[in-house]
Amino acid sequence: MMRSLVLLFLLSAIVACRPVKTIEQIQIKGSDSEVAVVMALAESFMHHEHRISVSVKGGGSGSGIAALLNGKTDIANSSRDMSDKEHEMAKARSIRPVPVVFAEDVLVFILHPSLKIKALTLDQIAGIYRGEIQNWKEVGGPDRMISLYGRQSNSGTYVYLREKVLKAEYSPKVKGMNGTAQIVEAVKQDVGGIGYVSLGYVQHNNKPTAGISVVSLGLGEGVSPLDRAAVTGGLYPLKRPLYHFLNGPARGALASFLRFERSEKGQAIIRESGYIPVEGPLAIAPGADVVPKAQPVHGK
Amino acid sequence: MGNKDLTPANLFENQKRHFFNRLFKFLVKTAAFLSVVVLVGIFALLAWNGLQMFREVSVFQFFFTSTWNPSALNAPSFGIGSMLAGTMLVTVAAMFIAFPVGIALAAYLSEVASPRMRGVVRPIIELLAGIPSVVVGFIGIVVIGPFLAKTFALSNGFTALNGAILLAIMALPSIVTVAEDALRAVPRAYREASYALGSNKWTTLVRVTLPAAGSGIVAAGVLGVGRAVGETMTVLMATGNALEVPDSLFDAVRTMTATMAIEMGEVPFGTTHYFSLFAIGATLFIISLLFNLTAEYLAAKFRHQA
Repeated sequence: MMRSLVLLFLLSAIVACRPVKTIEQIQIKGSDSEVAVVMALAESFMHHEHRISVSVKGGGSGSGIAALLNGKTDIANSSRDMSDKEHEMAKARSIRPVPVVFAEDVLVFILHPSLKIKALTLDQIAGIYRGEIQNWKEVGGPDRMISLYGRQSNSGTYVYLREKVLKAEYSPKVKGMNGTAQIVEAVKQDVGGIGYVSLGYVQHNNKPTAGISVVSLGLGEGVSPLDRAAVTGGLYPLKRPLYHFLNGPARGALASFLRFERSEKGQAIIRESGYIPVEGPLAIAPGADVVPKAQPVHGK
Repeated sequence: MGNKDLTPANLFENQKRHFFNRLFKFLVKTAAFLSVVVLVGIFALLAWNGLQMFREVSVFQFFFTSTWNPSALNAPSFGIGSMLAGTMLVTVAAMFIAFPVGIALAAYLSEVASPRMRGVVRPIIELLAGIPSVVVGFIGIVVIGPFLAKTFALSNGFTALNGAILLAIMALPSIVTVAEDALRAVPRAYREASYALGSNKWTTLVRVTLPAAGSGIVAAGVLGVGRAVGETMTVLMATGNALEVPDSLFDAVRTMTATMAIEMGEVPFGTTHYFSLFAIGATLFIISLLFNLTAEYLAAKFRHQA
């Protein structure tokens, strides 16, 4: 009995140690706005490159950057730039964050369809999220209390909206959801609901998501974020770059993944996911060493 | 016999037995000691890290103001007032539901149910304790939230009440088991004396058995509170996590546990924000320790009486 157990153990040890094809791992973590599109990119990439395995996790831009600073991820996805504090911490830990912009996004506001509100101005949005406007009738809707949905403070989108639109703190009544998908689900069910999400969550393959209405921004009719030309041309405000942060210049597997994102196939996936591909080549040096250069940052 | 004891083989047997006796005593002692070390260690860690926050934040601001915004645009603020209020509201409401139901269930099990019925119901209640909190939270989002929204004409179900109902379900097993044990420990003679005086089952239960089991019943409630205060995942998923001081059970609240769980993942090591999360943890630890000690004390008192 004992002997056969030992034998079995040895056998399994041998099987476990059998040399398999060496697979290179890429860990990606961070922004919830980016997780779906990067996952789609990674899947297609792994289809082409069997030797490389890519894992993509969400959790928020703040979590991604924290993971990069703690050496727990190869790429930090972030929908915001790194803060001065984070740069200081990177320096202290001798990590050299290199930003790569791989696509662009716009911030989109979604409502429950029964509110029948087509357009809001940025000032109205700011008033709503600061808690100064509390009833939909104040902005041309029905007499109904506004129910605010947002993200936690580890979200890049949370930070971006506060900085660019609110220019003040959020109302304490904002319900902090744990991910963008949860905001969409909550707004679908809440007759007074408003939420902010990334472009990829309101359309897929050029079809708008059902069950929510998307707010146009501006006076009168406003500009819809679903209007591709307006978004690409910058007519719709709140355009923002989507970053990867790497530790130092990309090499090997990382470099080929970045190269794939810039390829025609990669750009098509970015477009299908609802985002705007970034033009122009990555500054790729010949050979394995790749030095990605930051793209000009819009609206910084 | 006496001769046999002195053979070398038997002497060896004796020594062996003695050795194993001591070994196991030592192992068991170590295990007991270890749990104390772990408890003290956890508290020391929480307190050591938590206290460092007070170099930058006043004690008054931490406990008695209600704005929590460690990553503010301008000056960060670290007031746990709204979270304390949220935790208290959800816990107290949960007890209002779980305590009466739990005591009624315990009374049913110990006084009314047939042994066969008891054999079925009690394991089911104990199984309730085994449902993972994530699953309970999920039920809160999918079932109880929409139900509450419809019933009370709210626009959504992310409310303190939702969390309270879920916590009541989770606290029920500990309340029922402790309360039932307390009721069963009441001597038969008490009940028989009451019946002999002509009282029926209900009067006997309310006037004699429940009062006799009093401290055990209270201990059950206190233990339930301890269970509810520390629960994280369920409330995080179901209560909406808004950082306002709640006006009613229909407001979204964020509890202390939810704050720690949400912010621990993003906080840079060694900052005031990092230490403040430990301070919340230490506060929570002290609260639930107080509740558990009270329950222990009451249960011991009741055991003494019985």
